[in-house]
Amino acid sequence: MRKLSKSKQQASGGLDLIPAESCAIPADGQACSIMPAVLADEPAGSVEKDLSRRRFLGMFGAVAGATAVLGTGVELLSYRAYAQGLPKTNNWTGNSGMTGSGAADMASTQAPPTHQWAMVIDLSMCNGCGSCTAACQKAHYLTPDQTWMKVFELTDTTGQTYHLPRPCMQCENPPCLHVCPVHATFRQEQGVVLVNQDRCIGCRMCMAACPYEARYFNWNSDVKYPPIPVEATPEFPVPQRLGTVGKCTFCVGNLNHGLLSECAAGCQMGAIYNGDLKTDVAVNSAGTTVKLSKFLDDNNAVTFKPEQNTHPRVWYILGHGQNLNADASTAKS
Amino acid sequence: MKETDINESALLNENGQRDAEQAWAADVRRAAIRPTIGRASVAWKLSVTVLGLVVLAGLGAWIYQFKRGLGAAGYNDQAFWAVYIVDVVTFIGVSYGGAVISAILRLTGQSWRAPLTRLAEGTALVTVLIGALFIFPHLGRPERFWEIPIYVNTSSPLFWDFMAISTYVLATVIFFYLPLVPDMAIVNKTLGRADRPARFRIYKALSLKWMGNERQRRLLHSVLTLISLIIIPLAVSVHSVLSWAFATTSRPGWMESVFPPYFVIAALYSGTALVIVVASAFRKGYRLERFITKRHFVRLGYIMAALGLVYAYLTIADLLSEGYTGITSGWIRQTIAGRYAIPFWFYVVFGEVLPIALVAVKKTRNIKGMTVASVGVVIALWVKRIVIVLPPVTQPLIGGFWGTYHFTWVSITITVAGVAAIPFGLMLLFRFLPVLSIDEMEEMGELGSVEQVSKETLAVQKQAPAYAYANGNGHVNGNGVGMPEKEVQL
Repeated sequence: MRKLSKSKQQASGGLDLIPAESCAIPADGQACSIMPAVLADEPAGSVEKDLSRRRFLGMFGAVAGATAVLGTGVELLSYRAYAQGLPKTNNWTGNSGMTGSGAADMASTQAPPTHQWAMVIDLSMCNGCGSCTAACQKAHYLTPDQTWMKVFELTDTTGQTYHLPRPCMQCENPPCLHVCPVHATFRQEQGVVLVNQDRCIGCRMCMAACPYEARYFNWNSDVKYPPIPVEATPEFPVPQRLGTVGKCTFCVGNLNHGLLSECAAGCQMGAIYNGDLKTDVAVNSAGTTVKLSKFLDDNNAVTFKPEQNTHPRVWYILGHGQNLNADASTAKS
Repeated sequence: MKETDINESALLNENGQRDAEQAWAADVRRAAIRPTIGRASVAWKLSVTVLGLVVLAGLGAWIYQFKRGLGAAGYNDQAFWAVYIVDVVTFIGVSYGGAVISAILRLTGQSWRAPLTRLAEGTALVTVLIGALFIFPHLGRPERFWEIPIYVNTSSPLFWDFMAISTYVLATVIFFYLPLVPDMAIVNKTLGRADRPARFRIYKALSLKWMGNERQRRLLHSVLTLISLIIIPLAVSVHSVLSWAFATTSRPGWMESVFPPYFVIAALYSGTALVIVVASAFRKGYRLERFITKRHFVRLGYIMAALGLVYAYLTIADLLSEGYTGITSGWIRQTIAGRYAIPFWFYVVFGEVLPIALVAVKKTRNIKGMTVASVGVVIALWVKRIVIVLPPVTQPLIGGFWGTYHFTWVSITITVAGVAAIPFGLMLLFRFLPVLSIDEMEEMGELGSVEQVSKETLAVQKQAPAYAYANGNGHVNGNGVGMPEKEVQL
């Protein structure tokens, strides 16, 4: 309980920093829209289930308007400004164009990000049912090939098979971002790597660079989308554009509205935790709320392919005898 | 084509006579200019029509692909780079050969190059344009290509590809144009204004008031030396940067330190081969047998074989270390003995063993043999690039299945159209511009350009001994049979 109230204080601190007016100054027509939550078929019942979880999620949602402004309207500018202030992991992204005093001015007029989204996947809980993939595909109207959240089957040292759900790792040092020739991939202020599909030229250099196979292209024009009342945004790129690349968005719209990501919400095993490095909290669909740093420490959480120097924001909690890198490199087709 | 179209009086010297040099010049001019004047032959028209239709079919297929998406060309998430990037690398690669061969031969003062330079530089020009155009079918949204120079990301290899390729295209155009300047003046002098005033004006503009005086010659010579010096490192940089589009990713099979020289040598190798193929075809089609002889093919064949050996060495260097340790060798296993074994061994046979054997065996070291070898190299090096691109793309990085790339009618049609565009472009080019570098050939003289000691030449000299003995300007450029080449005045 002490843990939670501390988190709450931090959340209200965030609220002070980002005043309510930010929602009244829309940078574009949809700055305050809450469309991801509307469209995403959020299982409302599961949200109501647990009090502590509701509190936590409410805290998530408190800054939704502000982040929507930052996130959709001026995402690149605000991100550049943010990048100026970050010490080490983001120094590659600072070359996006605006540098020097202009960027410093931007930084001084904008509130610091309140959340740094992360994810923890407890592999010992995963039974490989694939409901995370299904939930993700349903929410984002993906084709069956587009497995933004993909479950791989690996074999551990004892010969047991286990499952590896793989979302986008939201790397702090994303190779996809560095290789994009037109800055269509960017990293927003909450640490989520997104694709601006209006900007993307479809060169697929990011697909070549990603060590996690997390990117999926829109190859065919014959994909049918239902009529969708809002325009696609990097946070919620639906419908996808032909000839551009797409990938897991961490459902950052959901997170900012106090909802779990689709995959976490869809996971009946509670194996997927949405977390926030700032408030140091993570929560799963079973309503378990944990202190993120301690949870990672206690369970010896690892990142996938650390040798790639990507610094993922997705951590895995391994079961006995499981070694992600070794098991992935020896996996048979 | 009427012989009378050439102003014969322009071929005579000051005394109104035809001496040996003048006779040689007349022959060169006639051969080079003839294809640009008069009515085109039926064969030319037919070839251009057929090739043009193939190019049009490719454009149609590309429009279809633009509407339907890259899926129509067989692409999928586990084969996200395939045939078009191979085409880009291949076409820009063969262009490199034409440019660098010409530049190196120019810098080292190889006088025998003279009949080949225009063809080599023309091939470089046409293929680099085709290669650059293949970027468009490669892109998912080609209509947003303009963003690359606008939303610049200097940390992206593709931005540097863009810079390198566009600089190289510019350099190739200059490199093609500069030796053309004196030729434009010559063509104008030979053709006269009356017949085709429009063309006369264009040639005149292109000739930049060339008079052929000492100062202009010195200037042209130094500019050509300079551009030759520039184009070699520039071409090295283009292919290195192209290779870094692959080698800067973390994919096993691409992240190889050998990649830049690997690509550069592949480009030179296939480029030399294409020069041989083009020389062979135009020699026949444009009746250049007298100027482009067996000697040219054999020498180019030697260069090609040497490059082929270097390329084989780099291929082994690429495969051996990883294959030996086995750390990331899934793609090597698939290349040598798995799903990519057929194209890989096709390359080994037709891209290395066969051409080098044809050069090595004296009996096949002739025009026909070199042409067959070169056709093999050009095709096999395209196949080899498929083997370079596809295994690392289709390999699973986390586990699961190998991806597959299937050729579709769309990707085949577009690629074939690119191939057809080479002769198509060259034939149109040499309908308008002289197919031989007239000025250079005259400068080198007959003895610099045509083989001396072969029986073939002996026969020619018997027929027309004046070519070998007389000379108008007083300088010695020949003492008959067996004159050593180095005495030729350059």
